[in-house]
Amino acid sequence: MIAAGHPVQRPAYARLLVIDADGRATASPRARWLDFLESGDVVVANDAATLPASLAGLHAPSGRPIEARLAAWRSPVGGSNPTFDAIVFGAGDYRTPTEDRPPPPRLETGDALVFGPLGATVMARLEHPRFVRLRFDATAPRFFERLARHGRPVQYAHVMQPLAMWDAWTSIAATPVAFEPPSAGFVIAWRDVASMRARRIGFATITHAGGLSSTGDATLDRRLPLDEWYRLPASTVAAIARARNGGGRVIAVGTTVVRALEHAASRRRGLRQGEGMATQRIDARTRLSTVDAIVTGTHEPGSSHHELLRAFASDAVLAKVAGTLERDAFLTHEFGDSMLVFADARTSAARRPPVTSSDARAQFTQRVASGISATCVRAHGGRAQAA
Amino acid sequence: MNDHSQQPDIFRNARVLVTGGTSGLGRALVAAFRAHGARVAFVARTAARVAQVAAEEPGTLPIVADVADKAAIHAIALQALGFGAGLDILVNNASSLGQVPLAPLGDTECEALEEALATNVVAPFRLTKALLGALAASAREGRGGTVVNVSSDAAVNAYAGWGAYGASKAALRHMSRIWDDELAAAGVRVLSIDPGDMDTPLHALALPDADPSELQGPAVAAAAIVEAIRVAMPKPTKIDRRSAAPADARAIS
Repeated sequence: MIAAGHPVQRPAYARLLVIDADGRATASPRARWLDFLESGDVVVANDAATLPASLAGLHAPSGRPIEARLAAWRSPVGGSNPTFDAIVFGAGDYRTPTEDRPPPPRLETGDALVFGPLGATVMARLEHPRFVRLRFDATAPRFFERLARHGRPVQYAHVMQPLAMWDAWTSIAATPVAFEPPSAGFVIAWRDVASMRARRIGFATITHAGGLSSTGDATLDRRLPLDEWYRLPASTVAAIARARNGGGRVIAVGTTVVRALEHAASRRRGLRQGEGMATQRIDARTRLSTVDAIVTGTHEPGSSHHELLRAFASDAVLAKVAGTLERDAFLTHEFGDSMLVFADARTSAARRPPVTSSDARAQFTQRVASGISATCVRAHGGRAQAA
Repeated sequence: MNDHSQQPDIFRNARVLVTGGTSGLGRALVAAFRAHGARVAFVARTAARVAQVAAEEPGTLPIVADVADKAAIHAIALQALGFGAGLDILVNNASSLGQVPLAPLGDTECEALEEALATNVVAPFRLTKALLGALAASAREGRGGTVVNVSSDAAVNAYAGWGAYGASKAALRHMSRIWDDELAAAGVRVLSIDPGDMDTPLHALALPDADPSELQGPAVAAAAIVEAIRVAMPKPTKIDRRSAAPADARAIS
């Protein structure tokens, strides 16, 4: 695939590859993504705003230049002396491919780092020369003020021009906790929010502090995704319950939403409002309990994002999809094209009462057949998956 | 008269951002929201004035920025959203007269008109757009999601000498109505409110000879605006109250 090099969130030429539950693929202009959903479904997106989490600065003991990319919260979100796990590079910036970046000077616990107006201390080394825990010596308001002045969005070499904060914020960005944009959400325009309402498709959000997608180091990349903080509002729990009880599907916009919802659902008390720390990995062995489909980028095999897709589709289907993406020159990375992948039969088989998707679907189909709630169903055509 | 004494104050712990928060109506709004127990962030250009108001109103978040500066918008948004972990109410109050002293359009510098449009139209547009995700999240969670654009009778009446200001406020008022219509699906309200003539620095700049004793104080106008927002905001439900726990009660794993 070709890397999308222009920071345009919704280019007119953006494409969508839709994979139905039987593994059949259909290509469409991405702006028509809602046509593949139905009345009664609920779209759940990540409303995290993106921190300018790349900080250029100096390693005080050696005086040598470094870049730190904040990667995960390790203190209460919004508290004083914010503490993060971070990836640290030596001299240079995003224009050098991450894997070619020199290592930082040797970092020791207690070392002072100076990022323009922000001072930080190395609290711990995390079993890799590039991976440390940093604590900023600032109150939360001062931290955000200085971060706004000095930080830049984390960026990779495939986008040439420097990103501004607005390039990294989705339309629905609400709470600044993410370290990279929840870029699947770039698909969502405000006209879609209005359209969902008109089509009786639910819209809800979670806030998930998504971390870095790449560290430039194979050993470190294997540790991704790191443990990530999330918050699930009561209104979202209610919207999901409404959809499930009505036979609708849960459409997750982005891997972070899948991770947060499946983590929350796996807890003893099930899907409830509140905060959590997503620690699990989602891969071929995962039985999805809540999410029925994912809107995501066109990920390369081997990446953690691609691993997550193995919970939705078989390796045979994903191999075919990879061939299609390559052959038809889909664009990849955060400003690239998208996929909408419906989970295959494994998922519905794994569902448990009170609401199994097959039971609810059957009830729903009956209600539709009897005309009680048929309002928008099939009014929009282009469906990829039979109910 | 409305009696709210029996109900919990819907502004308690509401997350509010006021632009132009160090003088006149904006200053009074900061005090009014804070008196209701809201978590108030405010923006103004002059660092010393911002620091002074922050000292007078403990617990508020001071932000030094010029809303007319495109590059400042997301820095403001980041600070305000980081402070409250979201936003419920945005008050676009910062205003520019454009031409000072007031002048007929024929004597108005093009740059003065541009300044009025930048501060009174483009800045509220940019700030609303940057904060729309947060405001819509607030609406979904039953916390309100309201924008107030401070208007003027010069937005509807053609007053000689008020060309730059009047044209900009007319544009803002019109834009408010379109926003309000378009954002109905997201549950966000956008109100255009004319506070009436007040004894404020802006009024003194426009009409230096006016008798301040004949003008309402900005505190009275601020109270009226707070009341107008209360009427526009949806009533919180039980489920929403729970999700409206104060942000500082949040903890991590």
